[in-house]
Amino acid sequence: MITLTAVYVLTGLVFLAFALLGLRERQNPRRFGNAAFWSLLAVSMLAGDRLGDIGNGVLVLLLVALAGTGALGKASAEEPADLREARAARHGNSLFLLALVIPVTALAGSFLFKTFPGLVDPKQATLVSLAAGVLLALGIGQIWLRPHPALPLQQGRRLMDSVGWAAILPQMLASLGAVFALAGVGDVVGQLVEGAIPQHSLLASVMAYGLGMALFTMVMGNAFAAFPVMFAAIGLPVLIGEHHGNPAVISAIGMLAGFCGTLMTPMAANFNLVPAALLELKDKNGVIRAQVGTALPLLIANIAFIYWFAFR
Amino acid sequence: MLVLSGIAVIIAGFLLRFNPLLVIIASALVTGMAAGLDPVAIIASFGKAFNDTRYVSIIWIVLPVIGLLEAYGLQERARQLIAGMKGATIGRLLTGYLVLRQLLSAIGLTSVAGHAQTVRPLVAPMAEAAAGQGVDLSDDDREDIRAMSAATDNIGLFFGEDIFLAIGSILLMKGVLEQNGIFVEPLRLSVWAIPTAITAFVIHAFRLWRFERRLARKGGAA
Repeated sequence: MITLTAVYVLTGLVFLAFALLGLRERQNPRRFGNAAFWSLLAVSMLAGDRLGDIGNGVLVLLLVALAGTGALGKASAEEPADLREARAARHGNSLFLLALVIPVTALAGSFLFKTFPGLVDPKQATLVSLAAGVLLALGIGQIWLRPHPALPLQQGRRLMDSVGWAAILPQMLASLGAVFALAGVGDVVGQLVEGAIPQHSLLASVMAYGLGMALFTMVMGNAFAAFPVMFAAIGLPVLIGEHHGNPAVISAIGMLAGFCGTLMTPMAANFNLVPAALLELKDKNGVIRAQVGTALPLLIANIAFIYWFAFR
Repeated sequence: MLVLSGIAVIIAGFLLRFNPLLVIIASALVTGMAAGLDPVAIIASFGKAFNDTRYVSIIWIVLPVIGLLEAYGLQERARQLIAGMKGATIGRLLTGYLVLRQLLSAIGLTSVAGHAQTVRPLVAPMAEAAAGQGVDLSDDDREDIRAMSAATDNIGLFFGEDIFLAIGSILLMKGVLEQNGIFVEPLRLSVWAIPTAITAFVIHAFRLWRFERRLARKGGAA
């Protein structure tokens, strides 16, 4: 059965290729830093399960040391614009079909592998299908466009270097969440919030719950971490216990109030900082700035929805 | 109370613009030590969590495909396609993408679109082309357009996915409720995501319409 392990091996090999190809780029004075960074990630993908917890911890410290000391450089080896224009004119709109291979394979695979389990672990069908889509797209592209065989990896490496250390931010923040959980940060925050609200006012309690979800999500970068804390602190004892609210409404819309917080925090790196790097924005917080105008009115709407729908 | 010092480290670190990876490690150490853990145990638990969450970084394997497509002019082609369409405005384009992303997410297809898969190769260049018809865009305008493309992807994902029954957050809520002796069908949770999904669409579509007018007004004045 194909599981995530196979996808990790593929990912590790891709990172390894990024590391090796970057070494050849002599105009980047920090190419050894980049190569070391992507090699360490390759090791994590290929052999992470064999390193042990402390081994993985040391690997993380090395990654952080490389990023923190500015050892990574930006690389450039873009294909010339006129060459791209000429190729675009030659291949026309069929390029879009190749671009759709990954999403379509991910879509088809998710359904197929869930309907017919056995070949692929159904729980990981989408990620396995995504990887299959990448291989399929590369294969079709190689046969149809006939690029130099190293071109996809070379250009992928250029994009990877432009994202840089931000590539592992999401994984790092998820790991920080695990340490926070171990230290009991959520329980302490829950007690604080519980003590801060006037217990008998329904409107104040609903507001404290909705705002608390958004704020704690902004701190943790993840509504999943905030929900159990806020639910235990206010949702269950006050909104359900005291005011007899509908648990489905309180949970579902409370979680969405948290999602409004996700839109406004750099801690949600994979949604906010990584796209800024990927789109080569000068302002790292540009995506967050574009989202605040939607997130704030929507947060108010969510609080109003809980107040209206949960206590009828 | 002391374990909250890690949160202070995060906020201070981001405000003072230290490298975020350093800030994260510092916060983990401060939090763990405040809870009475020794540094080696903290690093080990951080390493274990890092290894357990590797699936988050799988997405980078799409970059060679994006690189190949871009070398063969996909972004240029996306621009030409939009430039050839009469009536393709940035507001209509991004609103259309918002609906599509919400609907796909609502049937559980969260990974078929995304910043690497669709925004960078397709949506952002198309949005730039749609806004740039007959208008000279400044570099700042282009930044804003790309940021708004990414924002539209996030908003479509967040306020569509909870309508799907088997998404992680629905299962998490069901689990938390059950621990407290409350039994709720996933469907009862997912239907309550619909009012917010509609509201999110209305608010963001309105903002996209205003964004389009702002870009057009600046272009007209130049």
